[in-house]
Amino acid sequence: MLTALVLLAFFALHQDVWFWRSAEPLIFGVLPVGLAWHAGYTLAVSVVMAILVRRAWPAHLEDAAGGSTPGTGRGDA
Amino acid sequence: MIPLAIVGLYLVAVVYVGVFAFRRSPKADAGRAGAEDFFLAGRSLGPFVFVLSLFGTNMTAFSILGSSGHAFSNGIVTYGLMASSSALIIPLSLFFIGTRIWALGHRHGFMTPVQMFRDRWECGHIGTVIFAVQAVLLVPYIIVGVMGGGTTLAALSGGLVPYWAGGALVALVVMSYVFFGGMRGTAWVNTLQTLMFLAFGLLAVVVVGAGMGGFGHVFSEMLQTPGQAVLLTRERVSPWYFFSYTFIPLSSIAFPHIGIFCLTARKLSHFKRTVVLYPICMLAIWLPCVFLGVAANRATDVPAIKAKLDARATLATAGPTLDAAERDRLRRTASGDDVMLRLVEHYAPVWLIGLLGASVMAAVMASDSQILALSTMFTEDVFTFYGGTARFGPNVQVQMGRLFVVLLTLVAYAIALRVPQSIFDLASQFAFAGYSALAPLLVAALFWRRSTKWGALAVVIWVAIGIAAVAAIQMNVPPPAGPPTVLWQIGGLVVASRAAAGLLVFNLLPVVPLTIGSVLLMWLVSLGTPAPGPRTLARYF
Repeated sequence: MLTALVLLAFFALHQDVWFWRSAEPLIFGVLPVGLAWHAGYTLAVSVVMAILVRRAWPAHLEDAAGGSTPGTGRGDA
Repeated sequence: MIPLAIVGLYLVAVVYVGVFAFRRSPKADAGRAGAEDFFLAGRSLGPFVFVLSLFGTNMTAFSILGSSGHAFSNGIVTYGLMASSSALIIPLSLFFIGTRIWALGHRHGFMTPVQMFRDRWECGHIGTVIFAVQAVLLVPYIIVGVMGGGTTLAALSGGLVPYWAGGALVALVVMSYVFFGGMRGTAWVNTLQTLMFLAFGLLAVVVVGAGMGGFGHVFSEMLQTPGQAVLLTRERVSPWYFFSYTFIPLSSIAFPHIGIFCLTARKLSHFKRTVVLYPICMLAIWLPCVFLGVAANRATDVPAIKAKLDARATLATAGPTLDAAERDRLRRTASGDDVMLRLVEHYAPVWLIGLLGASVMAAVMASDSQILALSTMFTEDVFTFYGGTARFGPNVQVQMGRLFVVLLTLVAYAIALRVPQSIFDLASQFAFAGYSALAPLLVAALFWRRSTKWGALAVVIWVAIGIAAVAAIQMNVPPPAGPPTVLWQIGGLVVASRAAAGLLVFNLLPVVPLTIGSVLLMWLVSLGTPAPGPRTLARYF
């Protein structure tokens, strides 16, 4: 649940209407603030993904991939 | 000539990589193992090749040429539209969907998404319909690579290599290493390509920045110029349009070449590094491209860019009074697809132009994975499914795959010569929108027990009709010179309109109603039709 809320919050942070019409300040003297926001956002997403991998990794899938009878892929439609 | 020679060396190198991979592959009579080796690199890619190659597979001509061209015309909004949204959605889809595709592929021996759909929903010919729609939607994406190759070589050679010859050369090189190397060759080349265009961004920013006298000065001047200050904000698009773009990255995991690529990892844990590093790779590629595309608006000392700016100014001031042919000509001139190359060509030293040109070529040639994916799909989902492999043997299957690679490349090249539309528009309007709207198929197959083959069929038909309708409207209604042309409204509410960039539905990209429609159809039709049997469900849940 907490994971879903964090991911939703990150989705919302992408829609940064607050810098929509602002070019200034130029971050580091060159990056318009709207572009700097999204660059920082991209780095923050990487951190969120690292936490997701650490806390919610679907390790059971590796065991489930062990093997069973292969499907034929054939059917009636 | 030096830049062309360096690019030529690069092209020879990637063909050699393909041939080297061919030597590492099993003997021709290896049977099913041989097919798995050609189409999936034997499901044996290590973590380093997997992460770099998967990222490279997603980066095409669109990422460097299209992004900088779009930023040249529309400003910094380009980064938020495609890069930062992809940086969130694509790793999430790899985490939740890609890992499950990998597990099912290893468990049941699937080589394509359609094989999984057929087994999961107990269907046969419906799988063939899914294959057909996926194939038709993938072809434009392949054409992007050929067009990018033509544009790149023409720009690097100052017109010495014409567009048609550049496209032909790129098509031939890609075809060669896919033909010989299969998935292993493609993955190795993609790894090399990713390393090259990760280095490209930093080099290009440093060199062009120095040539333009520093970016602080460039952006300060843009802020003082009314027509250009807007490019440093996102005023060119509405927040709703911006929101609708977040649906586009859903296409990534639904693209067959990405789904198939998920099957090549040796271990599930290889996905971990990919999920974490993906956003950083996005930043490393897209930020420099968008940044330089915007800055190009001050590069008036570059004659080709000056011509683009003049054409754009004429369109803005006299557009509505011009005839359609003249407007089209000015639009083509103002198009920014080659703006990155023009910057590099003008500001970089000769040897660096070649190196950077090769890096651009690396991104351009990422269509290799799509060509191989279509070949895999054809041989597995059609040739094998309808008895070809059983009748002629798995060794013939690999030869069929190679023959398909050749035919597909020739078709893509022929179409690329006839389609003059901007790289960005072409890719985003059709392939991306279509695959985004097909993403609910994967979600339903993997997470919803009650989903059925009839729900899947409804989704595929809906997407096919929807994309055909969007394409037909865009071809028949010319882009307006000014504000969007209203096509359909109810009361005061505009339902459909034609903007310069394409069709809008409720001021959103068509991908939004298409994807929502897919979800609703999958839900409603599945609930009204019988679910797969318990034995099948037990294999998945």
